[in-house]
Amino acid sequence: MQHGIKAAVLGLIVFLAMIATNFGRDLAYQFHAILIILAAGYLFIREIGKIGDPVKPAETGYMDGVIRAGVIATTFWGLIGFSVGIWIAFQLVFPAMNLGELLKGYGNFGRLRPIHTSAVIFAFGGNALIATSFYVVQRTSAARLWGGNLAWFVFWGYQLFILMAASGYLLGSTQSREYAEPEWYVDIWLTIVWLAYLAVFLGTLFKRKEPHIYVANWFFLAFIITVALLHVVNNMAVPVSIFGSKSVSLFSGVQDAMVQWWYGHNAVGFFLTAGFLGMMYYFVPKQAERPVYSYKLSIIHFWALIFLYIWAGPHHLHYTALPDWAQTLGMVMSIMLWMPSWGGMINGLMTLSGAWDKLRTDPVLRIMVVSIGFYGMSTFEGPMMAIKAVNSLSHYTDWTIGHVHSGALGWNGMITFGALYFLTPRLWGREALYSLRLVSWHFWLATIGIVLYASAMWVSGIMEGLMWREVDAQGFLVNSFADTVEAKFSLYIIRGTGGILYLTGACIMAYNLWKTAKGAGQAVTKAVPAE
Amino acid sequence: MAKKPEKKEPPTTGHEWDGIREYDNPMPRWWLWTFYATIVWGIGYMILYPAWPMINGATTGLLGYSSRAEVAEQIAAVNERNAPLETRIEELALADIISDDLVGGTNGFAYNSGKATFFTFCAQCHGAGGAGSVGYPNLLDNNWLWGGSIDEIYATINQGIRDENNPNTHFSEMPVFSELLAKDEIKNVVQYVQSLSFDTFDVEMAAAGETVFLDNCAACHQDDATGDTFGGAPNLADAIWLYGGDTESLTETVKNSRFGMMPAWEGRLTEAQVRSVAVFVHAQGGGQ
Repeated sequence: MQHGIKAAVLGLIVFLAMIATNFGRDLAYQFHAILIILAAGYLFIREIGKIGDPVKPAETGYMDGVIRAGVIATTFWGLIGFSVGIWIAFQLVFPAMNLGELLKGYGNFGRLRPIHTSAVIFAFGGNALIATSFYVVQRTSAARLWGGNLAWFVFWGYQLFILMAASGYLLGSTQSREYAEPEWYVDIWLTIVWLAYLAVFLGTLFKRKEPHIYVANWFFLAFIITVALLHVVNNMAVPVSIFGSKSVSLFSGVQDAMVQWWYGHNAVGFFLTAGFLGMMYYFVPKQAERPVYSYKLSIIHFWALIFLYIWAGPHHLHYTALPDWAQTLGMVMSIMLWMPSWGGMINGLMTLSGAWDKLRTDPVLRIMVVSIGFYGMSTFEGPMMAIKAVNSLSHYTDWTIGHVHSGALGWNGMITFGALYFLTPRLWGREALYSLRLVSWHFWLATIGIVLYASAMWVSGIMEGLMWREVDAQGFLVNSFADTVEAKFSLYIIRGTGGILYLTGACIMAYNLWKTAKGAGQAVTKAVPAE
Repeated sequence: MAKKPEKKEPPTTGHEWDGIREYDNPMPRWWLWTFYATIVWGIGYMILYPAWPMINGATTGLLGYSSRAEVAEQIAAVNERNAPLETRIEELALADIISDDLVGGTNGFAYNSGKATFFTFCAQCHGAGGAGSVGYPNLLDNNWLWGGSIDEIYATINQGIRDENNPNTHFSEMPVFSELLAKDEIKNVVQYVQSLSFDTFDVEMAAAGETVFLDNCAACHQDDATGDTFGGAPNLADAIWLYGGDTESLTETVKNSRFGMMPAWEGRLTEAQVRSVAVFVHAQGGGQ
């Protein structure tokens, strides 16, 4: 009976998607409708086949299949996202890399850049967050994920969102909103998936067997709720037609800019900071086998971070049409945010006190520690760049790109790698990783890659900023824009080289994880049950 | 590493999740005091500067700061300082500006003003160094489509080329010869044009092409193909090419014509700026 209802709903979806394909007014819309036909059609046939099957008893124990899928997806999208990043980095040095003759403009920087940002933030980072939050909330609540197959819906629904977003950018469907490029129906779909994610997470917390909620889960929950809020408000728009991908934003002018950066900065604050702090708060104490340094600090820095981050967006709009009062608030809140951000770093690093010797023998812990280091560095750099006087030099330059990447590659990337190294042997029931030597290689390649990337962008950004503002004795500009582009040539090559090292490290990790999962000569250990 | 004697373990909170415990350590003092300090600083800053939105506008802050007023002040100061120099540029005859005591010289006010304006508005097409690229003339050589005297350069900048928004714009239009000439004739005339600049060309075709040239092209480009700056007809005998001198590019030019366009800067730049750019471009080596 249940399968019959599901099949009927899926059949209806296929039918509606066929109508959408027929009346679709643009290529991206039609392509997405076909994608939905294929996905819903496959599930439809599967459900039809299950009609009449006996009802299976509910499974018990931790739900780890969806996390295994998440580990694979995280690794896969990471490799894609890093590769596209390297490609566009070299496009900026060698315009021939646009491959204009071959790709007829589809490979241009403008289409590939949102694929890179979305792939690394939402596909790599998002899958990492979903997978680790599902793992952590089960272990720290001693409860199986709530909602049965809803967790699988979250996983596959999220992959469909990623596919629609990326293919949309290629086919020219974009809202042109930073980090929120997907069009209206993709946004609606993500909202549905995200609410399901919230339901699974909250449901699991509700049925926890521990008296208290662990700090990692506070951060995960803050991340899920706030991202839902940010996503809905930033994407409020009126579609031009229900059969087309184009929509018109409800906001305009400087208010639109403010909404976009309220969203954009909190995508950094809640997605890339709060969510990943949740990851840090579980995997670092587990890997170090030490208690968390200070419970008090975790409470205070959590609430201070949550309260202050949401105000900091206007610092992206210093010296623009944004009113002065909003600029002041953006700057002041950013400065106050410095210590709350560092609270996480202190708690992470001090958790290692008494276990520092492990850094010599455990390259996974070393990766985690370096990630916390980069977290501390970029959360100092951020408030500094939010100061108006500093921002007047750094704004619009490569310094911003360097700042973002020391955070993204150093903090988000490295803590995710650490979590993947932690999870893979446990999820596939292996005793240990296939090779710690390869982890060491990964550690050094990634670290050197980040240092090359960030330092090249610092030099390039500050040089560029100084060249832009350089005036002669009479007050005339000394440099043309093209002069500044030419001056950055070698630094852009260093930046791209850093990216190649980082990708090479990630490829080594993928190989190592694959060998680990395959079991390369190890005995299978039994998974620990939940109850 | 030899284990140091364990310090006394601080108390934990008594909670445990999946083996993780939490110490009940106090917050580090330096952390707390730095946090307080940023808050105090933030409150002070918000009192001094515009900060909190009210019903009618925002609090203005004790300093009365406004970024718009600040930039307006800076612009006004520069304008005031430069006003006499700009008046001087407008009053002088164009040719006399570069040798003027007040604003002349290749590090003088007019030249530098022209350079900065060129970098901002002209470099996109003509290149930061003025060397141009395909379709955008090189401004460093002594080859000029619409004349290379400073007055002619000034007129070109002011009025633009084929800019329909300007009534005085330079205008001329080469016919689309694919509609007027046979394919062979086009091939021949291309060889003839190449024979004027290059050593390798088809002698027979070029000879036939000369007749085609004299009948169809010489009216604008002149019998000796040296062009005419009155109508913007390029010199075809100097091996300088705006759209390329190879057979393919030349054939395309003859068949479909070109319609290069430059915007008129009159009204978008001040008179002093246009004059300064003319001085700068004229001084780049090719000025006549």
